[in-house]
Order: sequence, then C-alpha cells, then structure tokens
Amino acid sequence: MSAACWSCGSALAAGAPFCVACGKVQAPTADVTYFDVFGLPRKLALDTSTLERAFYKLSRKLHPDVYARASEREQQWSLEQTSLLNDAYRTLKNAIPRTEYLLKLEGVEIEQDRASENGAKKESRMPPDLLEEVFELNMQLEEMRMNQKMGEDDPQLRGDLEKAKTQFEGQLAESDSDLQKLWVKWDAAVDADDEASQADAKNKMVALLDRRRYVRNLVRDVNEALGA
Amino acid sequence: MSENKDERIVGIDLGTTNSLVAFMQGEQPVVIPGEDGLNLVPSVVALANDGPRKFVVGNGARQYLVETPERVIYSAKRLMGRGVDDVREELKLFPFHLADDLQAGEVLRIKLGSEEFTPPEISAYVLRQLKKNAERYFGAPVTKAVITVPAYFNDAQRQATKDAGRMAGLEVLRLVNEPTAAALAYGLDRKKEGIVAVYDLGGGTFDISILKLHEGIFEVIATNGDTHLGGDDIDNLLIAIAIDDIQGELGIDVRTSPETVQAIRKEVIAAKIALSSEPLVRISVDLPTGERYQRELPREAFEQIIKPVIDRTIEPCKQALKDAGVTPEQIDEVVLVGGSTRIPSVSQLTDDVFHLHARGKKPHTELNPDEVVALGAAVQANILGGGSKATEDMLLLDVTPLSLGIEALGGVVAKIIQRNSTIPASATEHFTTGVDGQTNVAIHVVQGEREMAKDCRSLARFDLKGIPPMSAGLPRIEVKFLIDANGILHVSAREQRSGKEAEIEVKPTYGLTDEQVETMILDSFDNAEADFAERQLIEARNEADTILAAVDKAPSNAAWQQLTDEERGQIALLKDELFVLKQGDDLKALRAGTEALDKATRRFAELMMDAAVSSAIKGETMDSAGDKLGEGPTAPHPFAPAEISKD
Repeated sequence: MSAACWSCGSALAAGAPFCVACGKVQAPTADVTYFDVFGLPRKLALDTSTLERAFYKLSRKLHPDVYARASEREQQWSLEQTSLLNDAYRTLKNAIPRTEYLLKLEGVEIEQDRASENGAKKESRMPPDLLEEVFELNMQLEEMRMNQKMGEDDPQLRGDLEKAKTQFEGQLAESDSDLQKLWVKWDAAVDADDEASQADAKNKMVALLDRRRYVRNLVRDVNEALGA
Repeated sequence: MSENKDERIVGIDLGTTNSLVAFMQGEQPVVIPGEDGLNLVPSVVALANDGPRKFVVGNGARQYLVETPERVIYSAKRLMGRGVDDVREELKLFPFHLADDLQAGEVLRIKLGSEEFTPPEISAYVLRQLKKNAERYFGAPVTKAVITVPAYFNDAQRQATKDAGRMAGLEVLRLVNEPTAAALAYGLDRKKEGIVAVYDLGGGTFDISILKLHEGIFEVIATNGDTHLGGDDIDNLLIAIAIDDIQGELGIDVRTSPETVQAIRKEVIAAKIALSSEPLVRISVDLPTGERYQRELPREAFEQIIKPVIDRTIEPCKQALKDAGVTPEQIDEVVLVGGSTRIPSVSQLTDDVFHLHARGKKPHTELNPDEVVALGAAVQANILGGGSKATEDMLLLDVTPLSLGIEALGGVVAKIIQRNSTIPASATEHFTTGVDGQTNVAIHVVQGEREMAKDCRSLARFDLKGIPPMSAGLPRIEVKFLIDANGILHVSAREQRSGKEAEIEVKPTYGLTDEQVETMILDSFDNAEADFAERQLIEARNEADTILAAVDKAPSNAAWQQLTDEERGQIALLKDELFVLKQGDDLKALRAGTEALDKATRRFAELMMDAAVSSAIKGETMDSAGDKLGEGPTAPHPFAPAEISKD
C-alpha cells in the first residue's frame, strides 16, 4: 500500500515520520533503519555537526512537547517517533556504535559488549600478533594483583604497566584512524555499487572492531590493576 | 473543564522543604503567592484533628511541628518511591513513624495521628494546596500542571510524584527535571549559547546537569546527583551535635522528647541561614528540665562541620563532566539552584570544581534560588500549552539519569538503555522459554550502574503471560522498553511466532498500582470543587455589590452631570440587570454583568479622576480629594482612587 497522510491525505515518502505537506506526525512504520530516520544512505563517513543540525530540526517537529495538546494517538506516535529519532542519533553520532550498527544491518553478528545470557563476560578472540605481548601483560597483571593483596608496591612493575597502557592506548588511536580509512573504502564501494569491494571493507571492519574490543578490554584491565 | 483550551497550565516545584506554584504571565514566569501573601509553601502537612479529618498545609502546619510533632509530616519527598529498608536509618532523625506492619518492598505508610498515609498522599496534600492557591489567584479551576522532580530521581520516585498529582486532581502533563527547569528559567532572559552546568543543592536532593544550549534547544548531555543529599543533612548533623552536647554538658538525653528535638531543629536551621551572612551565631534552646542549652557557632566551625556533607557533591560533578566529555574549562556558565547554595562555602565549592575564579567567572545567582525551578516549570508549562512569543523556539531535550537493565542468569545486569540517553529512548530485547510448553516468562527490570542486579534499584517484575506452548527456545518474545519524556518506563511485549500480543503483568517494586492510586484520590476532592464554585459565586456577588453601591452614589458626584443622557440610561439599565443577576447563581452571567457595568461607568470614573486631580493641583489635599471620589479604598476598579498616590 502506498502511504498517505492520515490528516491531509498527501502521499508520504516511505517511513516518513511526518507529513511534508501538513507537518503532522505519522504512525511509525516497521523496518525503518537509523539511516532512514535521517534520510541518509548507508554510508559511514558522516559529518557529525550536520547530523546534529538534522537531529535538532527533526526534534522540533516530532518531540512530545509539540504534541502535548494533540490527540492521544498523535501523542503516542510522537513518543515512538521521537524515541526512534533519539536512538538513531545516539547510535550514529559516535564512530564505533555507528559502524557496529551498519555491520549489523549488513548481517554481521556483533558481539555484545555486555554480560551475556550465562552471566559470564564473553572474551573477544585474541588477535594472533598480540600473543606475546598479551602473555607478558597477563603475567604482570597477576603479579600486580598479588602485590596489592599483600599491600606492596613495586615501582618497576607499575612503570612497566604504565608503559603497556600507553602502548595499547596508542593502538586504540591507531585503530580509530584505520577505521576511518575503511569507512572511505566502504562509502566508495557503495557509490560504485561494487559488491566485492563492499564485502572486503565489511570483513576488514569486523576484524578491526574485534581487535579494538580486545585491546580496549586490555586497557580496562590495566587501569583496574593500576587502580586508576 | 478539560476542554477549555485557554485553561492555564501551572508549573509546580514540589520541594523537600518548600513548594511553589508559578505560571507564565505574558512573557515572564511569576510565582503565585498563597493566601498569606508568601510565595513559599512549606512542604509540611499536619492532621489537625481526626474526627472529620482536617489537614493543615504549609506555614500553618509549621506550628504543629513543635506542639504536636506526631501529627505532622515534612520532607515526604525523601520517602517517595522508597522501601522500608531504604529509609530506616534516616527515619531515626524524623519525629514521625512508619506503620508497624510494613513488608519489605511495600509502599511506605507513615503514621499521622491515628491514621496512616503513603508519601504520595502526603505530597498530594501539598499539591492540592498549591492548586488552591493558583485557583484563588486566577479565579478559575486549575487541573493541569507540570511538576518538577530531581534529575536523579529513579522511575519509582517519578511515578510516585505523578501519582501524587493525580491524587490531588491534577493532570501531570510533564515531569521536568529540576536543574533543567532552572536552565529554562535562566535561558529565557538572555539568548545564551554554549555549555552550562546547573548545580542544584536543595533541601533534600542534589543534582548536577550539564546542558548544551543552541538556538533555543536545551540539550542535556549528562546528569548526576544524589537523591539523599541536601540541607536536611546539614540540619541533621547540627541536631546530632547539639544532642551530643546536651548529653555531655548537662547529662540530659533529649532524644526522648520530640518537642525538644523539634525546637533544636528550628534553632539550628535559623543558625544555618544566619551564618550565610553573619560571621557568628548564638544557638539557644530551652530544655524540658528548665535548663537552657547555649552555644556559639562561628562560621568557620560551621563550615568545618558541614564540609563532609557538601563534599559529597564533588564526585557527581566530576562524573557528570566525564560523561559529558567536557573539562571544567569548557563549562561556559554555572547556575546555582536551591536554598543550600546560599551557603558561601557551597558557592566556593562550585568555584573550585569548575575553575570559575581562575577564568574570571562567577556562578549565576541572579534568579532567586528558591524560586527558579518553579519559574522554569512555568516556562515548560507554557511550551506544552502551545507556547508564546517568549518560548516559541524553546525545546527541552532531557536524558535518563540511570541506566536501565534486565537481570540475566546469575544475577548480573544486562544494560539495555545507557544513562544519559536522550529521552524518549527505547530498547527492544528478545526472550524465549527454557522449558517445553512454558507459557510464562518473568523479567526483572532494574535501574542503576552496578554490575549485579541486587546492587541496583529494582523497578519492577514483569510477567509475560499467555505464551503459546511450544518447545523450549522456540517462542520469540519481543519486549519493547520505552522511557517516555517524563523518564518513566513503559513495557510492551509480543510473541513473534504467533504474532500474539503477550499479556504483561507488572509488579512495581516500590510503587502503587493504578487501582490503589484511584482509591487514594483525595476524598475531599469533589467537595473542594463544590466549595470552590460556591466561593467563586460569593466573591462575584461581593464584587457586584460593590459596584452597585458605587453606582448608587454616582449621581451625587459633579462628574455625573458631564455624562450624556444616553450614557446615564445605559448605566441605569445595566445596573438593573446586574441587580437581577446577583439574585441567581449563574456565575458566568454575573461576572459578565459586572464587567458590562464596569465598562459603562469607565468614562464616569475617568471624569471623576480628572476632577480629583485638578482639585488636588488647586491646593486641596489628596485626602479630601479622595473623599470627593465618594468611595473608600475598598471600591473596585473604576471608582478606586488607585491612580493617586499619597506621596
């Protein structure tokens, strides 16, 4: 069925949150993506200040405050549309959630970074090239924790951990700039409609996010051990 | 009544210590005073007698604090949405007692005289007083309100506040966070841009909110706080010290005398307030033994005593800055809200936390810190009512202060909506069954930042019912969690394989059910409406009487002769009409008749005024000129010598 505005009968763009003709909020439609909310293509190199302006503009049209005197039905739609808008903005404005979201739309199962069903924290797979560093780091972390239990402090060990922390933080920053390069690659492949190139960029992003998650957990563990 | 589009929506600050009601008058929000002429209504409720219940609210209830402390409840806000285990420690410092048969998880019931009341009921009495004050001021019923809550209030505390509104006969159009409301009030005057921190230390709660202001959009980017930190804690500390002192110096245990504890409370509060401007105060309390406890308290010693309390605001500030992703230097303005920010060392603390002095800045205190939240609520009420020139571009985007999570196996929390997410916010989760043929799934929803569910605030247990029996793991139940613009959670569920809307039974952990709220809607509400209509009619008749009496006297005034025959005829006609209307009880017609006569006599009033002024210039005294107006100072508008001042 082609959608029409419930109020003025004008034709609606698919998934449009409000009618361009009369400005009234519309019932939310299923399967609207966060990119659709902003009328954006599924591309990753976003200008966040443009996104912010669009968010403010849409908020002014959809927010429940604007519908406080409207019918109950419109109030409910405004609530649902605004929550979708807010969820979309929150996801798209930050680099990592945006990338993860796009990958999910592309059918990739992203590891949830929270407690899983069985209550244990899922550990990300260790990137093979980090094997040696991680092995040594784990030894140091263990020693640090033992020291703390005994109430001792080993300045040498502390220094080593600080150094490891700086190194891994450097890797995080590096992975962020690598990610941006992959965005450009993905976006170009989307524009060129080059499926092979898209698949390649996608796989590289998945690998990069896996590694990034792993390194971030390391930084978190070191911070915990250092009592930061 | 609710159909009336012009009905005024009021803004209410339901505070721990004091409450206020405000509305937007033209382009400016103003506080509506009570019958006593005061803007602040103390959040104190006294049950004056049991027989036919008689409640006293506000300043009038305060005298009961010392006389019959067991018949008074104050600071009920601290008990809203909380369970018996949360408040047991704290209640030791209050003179009131909980019901003896309370179960863990049950909504609190507080003894008042020989009866028991829940915290939302107590708050409802305060709200009803504010509603009455507004109705008196407008001369029209008020049924819609925006009510403020601490930003750090959880779901249960918000729901309890909304329930209180309903009990008081108010439709709560929106719950607005107090610091955000304050930002709205400040944002009205100057079109500000930039990042603002609102530091709100009130009677019982502390909030810190960081907002980004851009072209009328007030976007909260982070909030933090402590719903059990405020001026009350300072008072309690000072009371405890005084009690210790008395025990130590005079060997008297005054804890068994609620009257004395209240007398001490009154005295230390006065001392606290005085110390904001004086370097030294003297505390003096008469004891039941006839002795007197006296102590000098210099400001320095006071600041030492309260430091541990006010220092508890530092960590939430730092966390909010961290969550907002900004440094103290990036905060353009700091706004101080709440009576406790009048304490110089509190102001100093904000200076330190946000590095203000070093940057040549001062915190904003231009708007009265006791009133600014109510003023902001009035601004939001105006926005919801359709806006005005002053508010047309304003839009508030607030956040949820606490993460929402579900208890997973092993008692850990799976977070589904992170704190500081802009609201409305939603999350969709999928659940399935663990046993063949299982038709129920229980979900435990919690709020908080801790890893384990037991360390978070339990919000509710949802029981998904009516799942079609299938093999374990086959049903796919989609549950949608939605936090609305009030910060209140809504849950809906659907079994996706059958497409069946699953039935949800909600057991709020610390809340009242809809049915319970229904039974608590203030008994006398209907009477209050009837009383109100009657009072209005009486007032309107009085007004009509006054103007009729004035018109009767008019022909004796020289100005009367200056009117045309037509004008005099019209006045006579309207006068007769009004006389008839006054006998009936049609309020609207009576008001219209009074207004018509008022209008018809306006030129006469002006002529009379001119005559009075010119005779004053000729050397007559104002007083005698006033006499010539033929009316005393009680006359209504057209005949009142209000334009002539005596100096």
